[in-house]
Amino acid sequence: MQTTLPSIAEVWGWLAAVPDPEIPVVSVTDLGIVRDVRWHDGTLVVAVTPTYSGCPATAFIDLAIETSLRARGVEHVRLERRLSPPWTTDWVTPEGREKLRAYGIAPPIDGTASDGGTAARAARLSGRSNLTVACPRCGSGATERISQFGSTPCKASYRCTDCLEPFDYFKCH
Amino acid sequence: MPSLPDMGTPDVMALARAAADAQPHHDDPHVADPHLADVALRPAFFDWLCRMGDNALILGHRLSEWCGHGPALEEDIAIANTALDLIGHAQLWLGLAAEVEGQGRTADDLAFLRDTLRFRNVKLVELPNGDMAVTLVRQFLFDAWAFGMLRGLTASTSPRVAGIAAKALKEVSYHLERSSDLVVRLGDGTDESHARMQDALDRLWPYAGELFAADAVDDAVAAAGIAPALSDLKPDWQRTVDEVLAEATLTRPEVRFDVHLGGKQGRHTEHLGFILAPMQFLQRAYPGASW
Repeated sequence: MQTTLPSIAEVWGWLAAVPDPEIPVVSVTDLGIVRDVRWHDGTLVVAVTPTYSGCPATAFIDLAIETSLRARGVEHVRLERRLSPPWTTDWVTPEGREKLRAYGIAPPIDGTASDGGTAARAARLSGRSNLTVACPRCGSGATERISQFGSTPCKASYRCTDCLEPFDYFKCH
Repeated sequence: MPSLPDMGTPDVMALARAAADAQPHHDDPHVADPHLADVALRPAFFDWLCRMGDNALILGHRLSEWCGHGPALEEDIAIANTALDLIGHAQLWLGLAAEVEGQGRTADDLAFLRDTLRFRNVKLVELPNGDMAVTLVRQFLFDAWAFGMLRGLTASTSPRVAGIAAKALKEVSYHLERSSDLVVRLGDGTDESHARMQDALDRLWPYAGELFAADAVDDAVAAAGIAPALSDLKPDWQRTVDEVLAEATLTRPEVRFDVHLGGKQGRHTEHLGFILAPMQFLQRAYPGASW
């Protein structure tokens, strides 16, 4: 029986409905971690890039993608790890950022990724850091960092000194 | 001498391979790398990749020992996250090492089925955690080196090495910011924290030089353009260390920094065996176990 393979655009549409296992409000395409989708000799090849090298969610993400594609009737699926270029939060879509904010996670502020430099340290220590993370609940810019890391590798812990709520910041990376 | 197989199961390697084969296949097949076919370079390239991987693995494992024991929840989480990043780097480096070796081994085989003599990490990273000062000074000395090394590796003539380095560099930049912040905060802190930081620095300093002690392996990968020469990394490292120590009101020890060598060649302190025992127990006792 001759069957027609689903189009690449259709597959991207399906992937847009696969939630991230740790922040289920955003999808794997919102996060920008699906780098390529193509057919190769009747096998659907999906290239996925890890967010952080040691992110324990990576295997779950692969499994979620594969499960969802099989549920759509795709029999032959192969997942490929794509390391370069490395994932950056610049690839988080505008819709993804809004979903994060609505969920209570401050979205990444582009251009503020760590560069290991001493200038950033000096600025931070003297309180002159230009990084203002707006509170995702009340919108106030009066926030402070509690910890460089949070509940997942991609987040840092902040608190708002106006509404007093703690919140996660999705780090620029 | 290859690592000894588990006594009760003579074919431990085959079992481990079968388990690895059952896992989904993951690599970067679209990246062509001429160095992977260079037979003459292979032993040095493999050894060097093991050094990169083992440094990350052993330091990552050491840091993971703090999980649940940190002095504050935020520090506990930060150390665990740093450990996670490093173990991720170890997977990448050791995965490439296994590929370069071409003997059908995997990153897991290299991590769990080699004995101490086959580990290629510097002695600095296998030293016990001590107090928070020892853990942080060790981290800072290593981060400052790793940052320069990875930055140099992004220009490697090996696209696979450059790819891993670009990925790891983003994370290590963050580690370096954190460890230098804390060295400053605790060095220039209370009398107690200052004394502990200075003591940690005095103890660890003679181990730091191994990071820059080049041998034939380092020379071979540098000559192939795979890695920067270690001597080229030293000026930036010294500048970073001096800046941070000055800000932290800590005194750089006057003694030589390249006293404790040999880890990169497999001559380790007694501490490494005590790391491998719990780390490798499961794969030794239940070969090929997976979930």
